[in-house]
Amino acid sequence: MKNYDLVRHVKGESKFVDDILTPEGCLHAYVLYSQIAHGNIKSVNINTALQMEGVEGIFIAKDIPGENQIGGIIQDEELLASCKVDFIGQPIAIVVAKTVALAKEASKKIIVDIEELTPVIDPRVAFEKGELIMPPRVFSLGDVEANWDKCALIVEGTVESGGQEHLYLETQGAFACPVEGGGVKIVSSTQSPTTVQKTAAKVLGLKMHLIEVDVLRLGGGFGGKEDQASQWAAMAAMAALKLNKPVKLILPRQDDLRMTGKRHPYSSDYKIGLNKEGKIINYEVTFYQNAGASADLSPAILDRTLFHCTNSYFVPNVKATACSCKTNLPPNTAFRGFGGPQGMFVIEAAIYKAAEKLGIDPCLIQEKNLLAEGDEFSYGQKAEQCMAKASWESAISKFNFPHLKKEIDEFNVASKIVKKGIALMPICFGISFTTTFLNQASALVHVYSDGSVGVSTGAIEMGQGVNMKIRQVVASVFSIKIDRIKNETTNTTRNANTSATAASSGADLNGKAAQLACNNILNRLKDAAAKYLSLANSDQIEIKDEVIYYENKPTRLLWNELISSAYMQRVSLSSHAYYAPPGIYFDKDKAKGKPFAYHVYGTAIIQVAVDCLKGVYEIESVKIVHDFGKSINKAIDRSQTEGAVMQGIGWMTMEELKYNENGRLLTDALSTYKVPDIYFAPKEFEVEFLDNPNDSLAVFNSKAIGEPPFMYGIGAYFAIMNAMKSYKPEKHFEIISPMTPERLLLSLYN
Amino acid sequence: MKTTIKFICNDRVISTNIHPAVSLLDFIRKQEHLTGTKEGCREGDCGACTVLLGELKGNEVIYKNVNSCLLPIGDVAGKHVVTIEGLNSDVLSPIQESFISETATQCGFCTPGFIVSLTSFVLNTNHFTFDSAVESIAGNICRCTGHISIKRAVSKMLTFIDPVFNGNRIEDLINKNFLPKYFLEIPVKLKGLSSETYEGKAVNSPEFVISGGTDLFVQKWEELIKTEVSFIPPSGDKEKIRVSGNFVIIKANTTITEFKESEIINKHFPALNEKLKLFGSLPIRNRATLGGNIINASPIGDMVNILLALDTKMYFIKDNGVRELPLNKFYLAYKTLDKQKDEILDEISIPIPAEDCLFNYEKVSKRTYLDIASVNSSILLAVHNGIINKINISAGGIAPVPKLLAQTGEFLLFKKISTDNVSEAIKIAMQEINPISDARGSADYKKLLLKQLIIAHFVTLFPDFVSIEELV
Ligand SMILES: Cc1cc2nc3c(=O)[nH]c(=O)nc-3n(C[C@H](O)[C@H](O)[C@H](O)COP(=O)(O)OP(=O)(O)OC[C@H]3O[C@@H](n4cnc5c(N)ncnc54)[C@H](O)[C@@H]3O)c2cc1C
Ligand code: FES
Ligand code: FES
Repeated sequence: MKNYDLVRHVKGESKFVDDILTPEGCLHAYVLYSQIAHGNIKSVNINTALQMEGVEGIFIAKDIPGENQIGGIIQDEELLASCKVDFIGQPIAIVVAKTVALAKEASKKIIVDIEELTPVIDPRVAFEKGELIMPPRVFSLGDVEANWDKCALIVEGTVESGGQEHLYLETQGAFACPVEGGGVKIVSSTQSPTTVQKTAAKVLGLKMHLIEVDVLRLGGGFGGKEDQASQWAAMAAMAALKLNKPVKLILPRQDDLRMTGKRHPYSSDYKIGLNKEGKIINYEVTFYQNAGASADLSPAILDRTLFHCTNSYFVPNVKATACSCKTNLPPNTAFRGFGGPQGMFVIEAAIYKAAEKLGIDPCLIQEKNLLAEGDEFSYGQKAEQCMAKASWESAISKFNFPHLKKEIDEFNVASKIVKKGIALMPICFGISFTTTFLNQASALVHVYSDGSVGVSTGAIEMGQGVNMKIRQVVASVFSIKIDRIKNETTNTTRNANTSATAASSGADLNGKAAQLACNNILNRLKDAAAKYLSLANSDQIEIKDEVIYYENKPTRLLWNELISSAYMQRVSLSSHAYYAPPGIYFDKDKAKGKPFAYHVYGTAIIQVAVDCLKGVYEIESVKIVHDFGKSINKAIDRSQTEGAVMQGIGWMTMEELKYNENGRLLTDALSTYKVPDIYFAPKEFEVEFLDNPNDSLAVFNSKAIGEPPFMYGIGAYFAIMNAMKSYKPEKHFEIISPMTPERLLLSLYN
Repeated sequence: MKTTIKFICNDRVISTNIHPAVSLLDFIRKQEHLTGTKEGCREGDCGACTVLLGELKGNEVIYKNVNSCLLPIGDVAGKHVVTIEGLNSDVLSPIQESFISETATQCGFCTPGFIVSLTSFVLNTNHFTFDSAVESIAGNICRCTGHISIKRAVSKMLTFIDPVFNGNRIEDLINKNFLPKYFLEIPVKLKGLSSETYEGKAVNSPEFVISGGTDLFVQKWEELIKTEVSFIPPSGDKEKIRVSGNFVIIKANTTITEFKESEIINKHFPALNEKLKLFGSLPIRNRATLGGNIINASPIGDMVNILLALDTKMYFIKDNGVRELPLNKFYLAYKTLDKQKDEILDEISIPIPAEDCLFNYEKVSKRTYLDIASVNSSILLAVHNGIINKINISAGGIAPVPKLLAQTGEFLLFKKISTDNVSEAIKIAMQEINPISDARGSADYKKLLLKQLIIAHFVTLFPDFVSIEELV
């Protein structure tokens, strides 16, 4: 049986928010946003705009019936700017009209008078000015101060990493329809229906039960719709309730690019100390996170930077400080890896620079410091079932790294202008929301009297295949054909208080909940079968391939008959189940605990070729050994890996967010913000599934896959550096990402 | 004048009186609720909106993949539009099957565009190779898969194709489930429509003249639908490229694809076919015209850059009069042209280069394909006994207008090809340009890049006469 999600996709039958047929009279909303990065609003005049034909309503801050507040972790973000603006793209007014074109037209007639203030774009400048989202956070292990003496080599430096646009192909959007009782039903393109529900409730001043949020699927999320889908939904809902008409709000691409937050740019200082054998003794690092204008998820992202600041290495003495700096950019937000990549990039840079000092290949230092079983992370958790060395060694031998390296060295001797480079990139990524309470999920399973099954969970399908995985879980617990099972939309009336589908945890948590719900029903079905077959002992009953077995022998009873019998016996064929993974905790004040259910490991080898005349490069090959646990669906996991790696390589290479000094995004269209295309995909891409004999905490001993492979992309940066180095061995290049053709050429020749 | 726009959309005839500059994307999604075609960017850069556009040529319908977000509905009259819905039948096509079996779709938003583009590939190509299949989807961006599984799906799809067709490709493709059956009836149906061809409204002085629309629909789509427009459609089966004496004469509405594939062009300018892969994407090239590229006057236009080096002349028409103008006199200042508003570019002419002429073209952009140049440059030169006796070097992205580097050329004329002379020429070139910093690079970068591209010209054409190590 084919994965029906994929069948619908290839036929263009999958529906996204903008595809649903809207009821008659549906209005369209357009959001007017600030063109100034920092300033005080003197006045907003909507009178002329409101007179325009086809315009049905214009709403500004003062029209908000509830609280003008959408901040999650910290209450510091308005839905509509009331008296000051803090970034270009900040919403000021919602214009509702018969068509999008009319709404946009009318928005141009709104006069916003803003007294301009100087914007701050640079996180270090913000830090100097004391503009912080919250007090700095520190993780530490051992004693850094006491150990600098013991280091044979100490290297210090700074590292810059650029932001990244999510570029989900489906832009943000929502559709809202008033319902009786003063409530509203919202269809949203969100990773977190509960956040949408809460935000809308707060903004509208309504109880949560008056707001139903439904999600079909997303045309990509990548973290960009975890927290930042809510405002559009809340705006559509507010307009719908005010006008008592259905309202659709879909962001045009350029507005989406300008208005929404991105991966956080970071500026960091590091100091690393190694002993004579190349063992890292000390690592001190300070991260300046460019949070943008408000907190959004920045505090949690900052934490993950700290959690992953030593990547896959054991470092006995760590002092890591992280500052979330408030600037006049759109509030930066979750993006695949959630701050982890920024943390890992810095230690990789530190290792690279240490190796450069020693005149050796960085992989020698990497290898020497890989985590071993029982090693402690700076946050107190110990590495368990550690696969760091296993994946490294497997990659080295499976792909014959020494041979690859030799080939490259020979090529570089012969080739004057085109140079090749290769780098190894190990990863270690912790799985669980580090905000422990978010690690919970629920599932609702109905078996209908005809034997078909509907399953609802809090998981959002956004391309990662969570729906298919959950169908597989249900099919496996019941031992029935997968085509009997349908995923329902994700809906707050069926699954309440859900966590976002994020932190790679969608299938882990919701799959487990679905498994529990199915088990509840299965136990009842066994009793019903025993009754039907007049057997005393339901323990000996099993279902195998839709046949009911007793004491390992098939009976005459089949799934369909069992279900109708159970129904006639008045057995509940529905179950709601809840899952919260045990044993995880984190003490924020001490910055110690066991925040992760488990870690994911792997190693990538990335090879590139750089044309040192024109400054352009090609990713030649990506070879990975990855720890998938016991994969539920290898095809999905492989595809997730490939997509994540290419996104990671994009972040490191061509994806460049350029802002001017006024805080205006210059790369605000697909013609200027470039993401990897098919020609950029490497010729060779190999993914090996590492043998992992261990059980994990996740469903059926699988492992989370969404985020971890993203960080293999960092290897591309250092592969390029290695190629550049072989062209200009005497040069010491700064570590600034992305390594665009521009940066590359200027680095080589200036 | 017939002002109703009639066309076939999938298997249905549609007629509408909507404004002719409404994009086909809006029409099919909003009016027809054919929502399999997606809007991802509205600027031709993602391919989520890709549809097939079929045009009757003789008894055959020729299909191309195009970006419906940039396609004015007025230009669809009398043609066959195929959306993803129009490719579905009871069974999955081998393209669809391949995408499923290789998990080449994740969120699914981009997928219809890929399926449509690959269908246009199997309809058109004479090269059933992996590379040409990839070329057909180079205008489709997938953010989820990184295109790795998509490449596997392409290889898989190719195994379903027997490149030998029994004459009627459409019939063969129907038999192999690539296309639904109704495709067979389309030629007859289209002929039926041709008698009712939409002629547009007579517009005296239209605000906008739309040719391929690939610039106008990016820059001004909201204005277009509010005013009067007229079309110089890139379609039509008249011969657009011809040789006259020592010149190649090209109609302004020739598309980049037509130019690139033309036998005449490939004979006289063999280097261009491969290089023009760097122009936009296949669906863009299928619509973008030479005339549009010239008139749009972007300092980084690729066709303009090439044509400047080739001594191109332009022929404008207005009120039955014809005006001739060398292309290098056309650009006065940023987007300021030696052209009256109602002058129409009719043709251009390019002298056929002498046998001993050499040509090279270089373009560097942030992403190699489907990206606008940071800097581009073309060179045309003739060398006798090691002495340059003709030379044109053009450069884009380094000034407000597309530019011929006149002084650089002048310096090199009648000089030897040598490392020293190239090195000196680069110094002169640096004096001739004044790039600005923008999204496509800093001024410093553009200067450096032009230097590198000039080196690239000489290293490519005269590897034995110049030393790259000394030049860089
Ligand atoms: C995604 C994308 C990628 C692109 N990539 C490239 C690229 O790689 N290189 C590049 O150079 N360009 C590129 N372009 C720009 C564009 O495709 C070209 O400039 C194209 O040649 C424009 O031709 P057109 O027929 O589509 O122009 P249109 O949009 O139809 O017209 C452009 C202008 O020319 C005028 N015009 C057109 N024809 C005539 C005529 N015969 N007489 C008088 N006026 C006329 C129009 O009125 C209008 O002002 C790209 C565009 C997009 C959307
Ligand atoms: S919508 Fe992106 S190319 Fe048309
Ligand atoms: S599958 Fe999501 S963009 Fe391609």
